Amino acid sequence: MSDELNINKKRKNQIKTKSSAASGRGETDIDYVRPAELPEQDLYHGHSFITKWIFCQDAKVIGVQYTLTAVFTGVVGLILSWMMRMQLGFPDLFPFLTAETYYQMVTMHGMIMVVYLLTALFLGGFGNYLIPLMVGARDMVFPYVNMISFWMFFVAVVVLMASFFVPGGPTGSGWTLYPPQAILEGTPGSGYGILLMLISLSLFVIGFTMGGLNYVITILQARTRGMSLMRMPLTIWGIFTATVLALLAFPALLVSSIMMTLDKVLETSFFMPTIIKAGEALSYDGGSPILFQHLFWFFGHPEVYIVALPAFGIVSDLISVHSRKNIFGYRMMVWAIVGIGALSFFVWAHHMYVSGMSPWFGFFFATTTLIIAVPTALKVYNWILTLWRGNIRINTVMLFCLGFIVTFVNGGITGIFLGNVAVDVPLSDTYFVIAHFHMVMGIAPLMVIFGAIYHWFPLVTGRLMDEKLGKWHFWVTFLGAYSIYFPMHYLGFIGVPRRYFEMYDSPYMTSAVGMNEFISVAAFIVGAAQFIFFYNLVKSLRLGKPAGKNPWKANSLEWLTPDVPPTHGNWGEKLPVVHRWAYDYGVPGAKEDYIPQTTAPSEVKDAEVEKT
Amino acid sequence: MSDLNLDKLPGGFKGMSEDIGSDQTTFKGVNWGKAMMWIFLLSDTFVFSCFLVAYMKVRASVVEPWPYPSEVFALEMMGVPVPLLLIAIMTFVLITSSGTMALAVKYGYEKNRKMCGWFVLLTAIGGLTFVGMQAFEWSKLIFHDGVRPWANPFGAEQFGAFFFMITGFHGTHVSIGVIFLFIFARKVFRGDFDTGRRGYFTTMKSDYVAIEILGLYWHFVDLVWVFIFAFFYLW
Repeated sequence: MSDELNINKKRKNQIKTKSSAASGRGETDIDYVRPAELPEQDLYHGHSFITKWIFCQDAKVIGVQYTLTAVFTGVVGLILSWMMRMQLGFPDLFPFLTAETYYQMVTMHGMIMVVYLLTALFLGGFGNYLIPLMVGARDMVFPYVNMISFWMFFVAVVVLMASFFVPGGPTGSGWTLYPPQAILEGTPGSGYGILLMLISLSLFVIGFTMGGLNYVITILQARTRGMSLMRMPLTIWGIFTATVLALLAFPALLVSSIMMTLDKVLETSFFMPTIIKAGEALSYDGGSPILFQHLFWFFGHPEVYIVALPAFGIVSDLISVHSRKNIFGYRMMVWAIVGIGALSFFVWAHHMYVSGMSPWFGFFFATTTLIIAVPTALKVYNWILTLWRGNIRINTVMLFCLGFIVTFVNGGITGIFLGNVAVDVPLSDTYFVIAHFHMVMGIAPLMVIFGAIYHWFPLVTGRLMDEKLGKWHFWVTFLGAYSIYFPMHYLGFIGVPRRYFEMYDSPYMTSAVGMNEFISVAAFIVGAAQFIFFYNLVKSLRLGKPAGKNPWKANSLEWLTPDVPPTHGNWGEKLPVVHRWAYDYGVPGAKEDYIPQTTAPSEVKDAEVEKT
Repeated sequence: MSDLNLDKLPGGFKGMSEDIGSDQTTFKGVNWGKAMMWIFLLSDTFVFSCFLVAYMKVRASVVEPWPYPSEVFALEMMGVPVPLLLIAIMTFVLITSSGTMALAVKYGYEKNRKMCGWFVLLTAIGGLTFVGMQAFEWSKLIFHDGVRPWANPFGAEQFGAFFFMITGFHGTHVSIGVIFLFIFARKVFRGDFDTGRRGYFTTMKSDYVAIEILGLYWHFVDLVWVFIFAFFYLW
């Protein structure tokens, strides 16, 4: 022990002597940053159209590829939701909407939105684009594997979309794919549809694992000089923790997919109990459907946070930049992200209160579920305290951030209802649940995605997006989304069950009919409003105002590249050196209201910065 | 690793906290590929854990009797059924191949091209033997005993399903490892790791650390086998 201490002392002395030699003064050099540990990264530079834009190894291009593919699937999911709302609001108006197609749409809408849009967009899209830039790396650590990761995802999407065109259509078993009904005859798409779904999910997991390893190692092992973990922007913390969750949760999805594929193809009985059909026993015997639910939700609950944590991280950065204030309680925010990530592995059975498991088991999961609300609430307070007395810019980005906070709090509070077993049992499988999870993991993360796109579009393209259209987009989306999901809470209270194709002449109908029509109309309008956004994207790409360098006056590294938009290799000749965290906004004594991460302390001597 | 002297870094808990608090790398001196393999193996551990937990759950809950492994996995030797004979040999071969892999890593770091190559090749042959014996075991169960994934003559039908799925998944891991071992043996003999020749697909420079990374994977596959062996054959 004493030896170690001596070595430490020696080391500190070395640093002192080294730095004082460098500065030429007798005192410690305040700009000292440890020397580089790693050699320059070896990169493959694309030289043809195919290696530059299609099979490209540049994380930025891969990020854009991920984003475009994910948005494409998102549009498919949006159209499916329109058709569902048509049926629910105006039953029997459209003869092509049968009960079978309705269930198929519910299933595909759910799976597309959760996995192929949100997960792929946050981790594959924003992760790929922002991680190397924000930590100051030239690229991901394994660019080749990263490229394969995207193409794996692409194939997964193709397989998923192919299921629309196979005999029997896509699977209609609900996005949770519960056996035994998912693979039994009578469920729509129980032939090829479910098979393609399972194959697509397996491919997605394999592809994601390749990307996820890249994200984790880039963040852990390829940061630039001076970039310690506690100086990383919260975006990176969110994406990092979410990726770790994904690497540990997706195995459960892979395993359940493999087992169900075998149940389907080889008629094994992992999940299939003894089933009597029309008086005759099927070949299945003795399997456990509840086992699937456990495996699925062991993936499924962390999946919620795989979507939410990057959103938390990104929104923290956006709020800080656009209110010109440092993020309130940075360390608390980091530990909240990590804590939520860890807790998310111990709450999965709160999705299974009505599965018939032991009430004591439910009690345990209710407790953990309510505990996870604590770090989440901390984050909400910190966002609000970041805004408090900030120099807030009410632009599109900020509007979406505020929209996020409101919808997230709303969805979070209904989550506390549903987390309690006694309250959940009557509300389970009603529209209350639909309202809850669409608020908390549908609208809230989407708000962040839109905010993030308006924020980083100038970085990717060099042009600003149209503010006027952006504000229209925000207000229609925000108010419209509230008109859709807020009434659904009421529908849930009066007991309207989810996943029902039609209410027929049930007694609920008297008060639910008008409301369903209203919700449907709101859904059509909100969906249509998204095309304002797409128009804005395309228009701004060609005609937007040139953004120049760092249009938002942000501190984090991605805005400090020598070229805007950044080119392959990101940093030109020399990697940046980081001297501070990413949140030095409005520092007393500084000349400007922001101090970029690369600014050395000696350049801003009078600024009263926090020590990071 | 230009300016990093690993010997000078403090050790123990203080060293750990200093590494986590530092810039650039969290695991000092750990190659990117090696760190990636560790995290991948962590993820893969979850895959195998899910398989094994599912197996335990179903085995605990099925109503039909579970087949008795020492009878099912017995081989007739001179008229006497010897329980677990084949499995014992398979396990022995696989564990031995872990030893040869460790030697290959050692010779790799000594830049002893020939010895390293031979030991990688030996490991590959060990793995191939294991896969071969597994194929024999499968064919005996399928063609001789009539075990199928959906039914078997001994009892609970999940026996066959879990057996073929889990050993099949493990066997796939071994087979992938064997393929890479053969490729790497060729690369070692050709001198790729001495000259830093660039990879055909990745265009990255070859380095002997790759042998260690492959070794990590190989040891992991062996370790998983120990668990499968314990849970499937001994329980």
